[in-house]
Amino acid sequence: MFRLEKRPQPSRVFAYLTPVLAVIATMFAGGLLFAALGKNPVEAIRTIFWDPLFGEFAFYYRPQLLVKGGPLILIAIGLSLGFRAGIWNIGAEGQYIVGAICGAAVALAFYPLDAWYIFPLMILAGALGGMLWAMIPALLKVKFGTNEILVSLMLVYVAENLLASMALGLLKNPEGHGFPGSRNLKEYPSAYNEPILVLDRIPEPDTCSGISGLFECARSGSYNVVADFSSGMHWGVLTAFIAVIFAYVLLNRHMLGFSIRLTGEAPRAARFSGVSPTRIILFCLGISGMMAGLAGMFEVSGPSGQVSIDFNVGYGFTAIIVAFLGRLHPIGILLAGLLMALTYIGGEIAQGNLGLPSAAIQLFQGMLLFFLLAVDMLTNYRIRLVKREAA
Amino acid sequence: MKLTHILASAAMALGLATAAVAQDKTKVGFIYVGPVGDGGWTYEHDQARKAVVEHFGDKVETVYQESVPEGADAERAITQMALQGADLIFTTSFGYMDATINVAKKFPDVKFEHATGYKTAENVSIYSARFYEGRAIQGHIAGKMTDSNIVGYIASFPIPEVIRGINSAYIHARKANPDVEFKIIWAYTWFDPAKEADAAKVLIEQGADVILQHTDSTAPLAAAQNAGDVIGFGQASDMAEYKPSPRVSSIIDNWAPYYIDRVQAVMDGTWETKDTWDGIGPGMVGIGEITEAVPEDVKAEALALKEAIANGEYHPFTGPLNKQDGTPWLAEGEVADDGTLLGMDFYVEGLTGEIPQ
Repeated sequence: MFRLEKRPQPSRVFAYLTPVLAVIATMFAGGLLFAALGKNPVEAIRTIFWDPLFGEFAFYYRPQLLVKGGPLILIAIGLSLGFRAGIWNIGAEGQYIVGAICGAAVALAFYPLDAWYIFPLMILAGALGGMLWAMIPALLKVKFGTNEILVSLMLVYVAENLLASMALGLLKNPEGHGFPGSRNLKEYPSAYNEPILVLDRIPEPDTCSGISGLFECARSGSYNVVADFSSGMHWGVLTAFIAVIFAYVLLNRHMLGFSIRLTGEAPRAARFSGVSPTRIILFCLGISGMMAGLAGMFEVSGPSGQVSIDFNVGYGFTAIIVAFLGRLHPIGILLAGLLMALTYIGGEIAQGNLGLPSAAIQLFQGMLLFFLLAVDMLTNYRIRLVKREAA
Repeated sequence: MKLTHILASAAMALGLATAAVAQDKTKVGFIYVGPVGDGGWTYEHDQARKAVVEHFGDKVETVYQESVPEGADAERAITQMALQGADLIFTTSFGYMDATINVAKKFPDVKFEHATGYKTAENVSIYSARFYEGRAIQGHIAGKMTDSNIVGYIASFPIPEVIRGINSAYIHARKANPDVEFKIIWAYTWFDPAKEADAAKVLIEQGADVILQHTDSTAPLAAAQNAGDVIGFGQASDMAEYKPSPRVSSIIDNWAPYYIDRVQAVMDGTWETKDTWDGIGPGMVGIGEITEAVPEDVKAEALALKEAIANGEYHPFTGPLNKQDGTPWLAEGEVADDGTLLGMDFYVEGLTGEIPQ
């Protein structure tokens, strides 16, 4: 018989080990799922985890990991601060949308002016927009004691409708033949969040130098790829990396970080030691809203390029998974964000190459969180083998 | 340097090998906005993909990716297909427009076909169907069939495509029944069974006994069935499981002939940029069987209307027609030009409410 026994102290080893165990368990259960769908499980798992990193077209997919992971990490870092203090901002998706709308609105207000200060202003507007949207649940909580989980979540749907209204009305492209969606910011140099670093600018089709040139040549038997496959390293990704460092320093070296941790771990002790809950609530919701807003602004001015009805694709919700998968630790979140991005991109490849249905991929991602929560038990409990007692 | 060189030759050999394989099979990719099982828009595109496979057999290989979000993710999905060696890629939703154009720039030798957009390029064609022709027939049946004189309309997004459908249906419903009134609900989704069902219920509560839908799921028909005495139409696909009532007819998207034609063109090397907007005549828009729930005379009128549209005798937007605010749009006998129809952002006279902004 097995018995669960509470550990006197959470196991440090398992705190680090459980995410790894969860990934392995997900691979295993996912493999079974893919096998049940009549696909080769080994090939499917390899396609998801290996091909984006080391496969034939990895030169394209690796940068895409940053594009997909950047917003996840940025939002998750913001959320993790609140989660540590027991403040549950579930509405990052809404703050992400509002940040994007504000950033894009600034750009479109200046269009077609060419000036260096437009992009910094957009960043400011995005951060401010996200922060103000998060201030609604924050102030309601502080003033009236409303539940921030509910309010922030409901505001996502408000934001979605605001987005639709913007895409169809105020920010609609006047040259778009009446179709919804704003101008494409990729075509507006002063506002375009372009990749900072171009790793491999692919040369003329017949020169086979550099990694990408190599693959270019590999393919040129039938096609010519004449394009720069960028590093994926746009300003948003850079900001995400800065946020990781910022959160790390804040939590480990700063009084405010200590107050946040204390509020989460021992609220009464925090109050006695003079930590103001109001300040913590305002700070945590504000900063997480700001980061979500920034992520939205960088997305709309870069990879997406456009305020459209379907602009948001759930980064704000996925970031919650990322935050927990990363143990609410900045470095952990960095790794978790990249892992999540890997399952997205690998999942897409598996869809295209192996014909896996998209629902199976979503299920696979869901398993990851499920197993994480399940094996989390091992951090606080240990399994003991006990002899069966005679009845 | 040397290692690079060796690798390069290896890669070269690999590339040639891939090319050799690629030559006997034409690889065709499809990017879908919904799941293939949506029973509507994406389902019909996938049916057409299957028709391509059936028609060409071993000569083609098709790949698809479903539920691809519009925006940055679409660009990656399309790039991925091009990298994997697709010769022709169909991107089947309006929101893929910029992504398709961007990827097409990177792969000049791959052909792209974008549905319902307006941007073309040397290797990007666009295609769409004149669904408003089908809407005219629906409108006629709706006008004849309603007892409450209230027709409910579940609209998706206020874009020209949808507004055109509302106008066409309304014009013909009013011709059949001058007292008819349209109630429109904007669902802001193409596919969300729960939302669509809610919209249908609200419309039925408001007295609608005919529900028209421009969303892709069968949920509104299910709601009509539960309510009893309410009829509706299949959208995008036949939705035959709701025959003979509430589903009394349907508009069917039939992409198969076009897809087969375009794949053939790629095989023959005759593919050129085209702007296709076909209707009932060429068979891109199909009208599903009108069931016995519709009286014989109404059915006959509807079929006559279909015939007149198909052979070009009649255009659903023929004057005299005024805009909603009363300003004249089309004079007696005048026919709307495609430019106005493609950018349609106004209601015709008689419709109530405003197009949301």
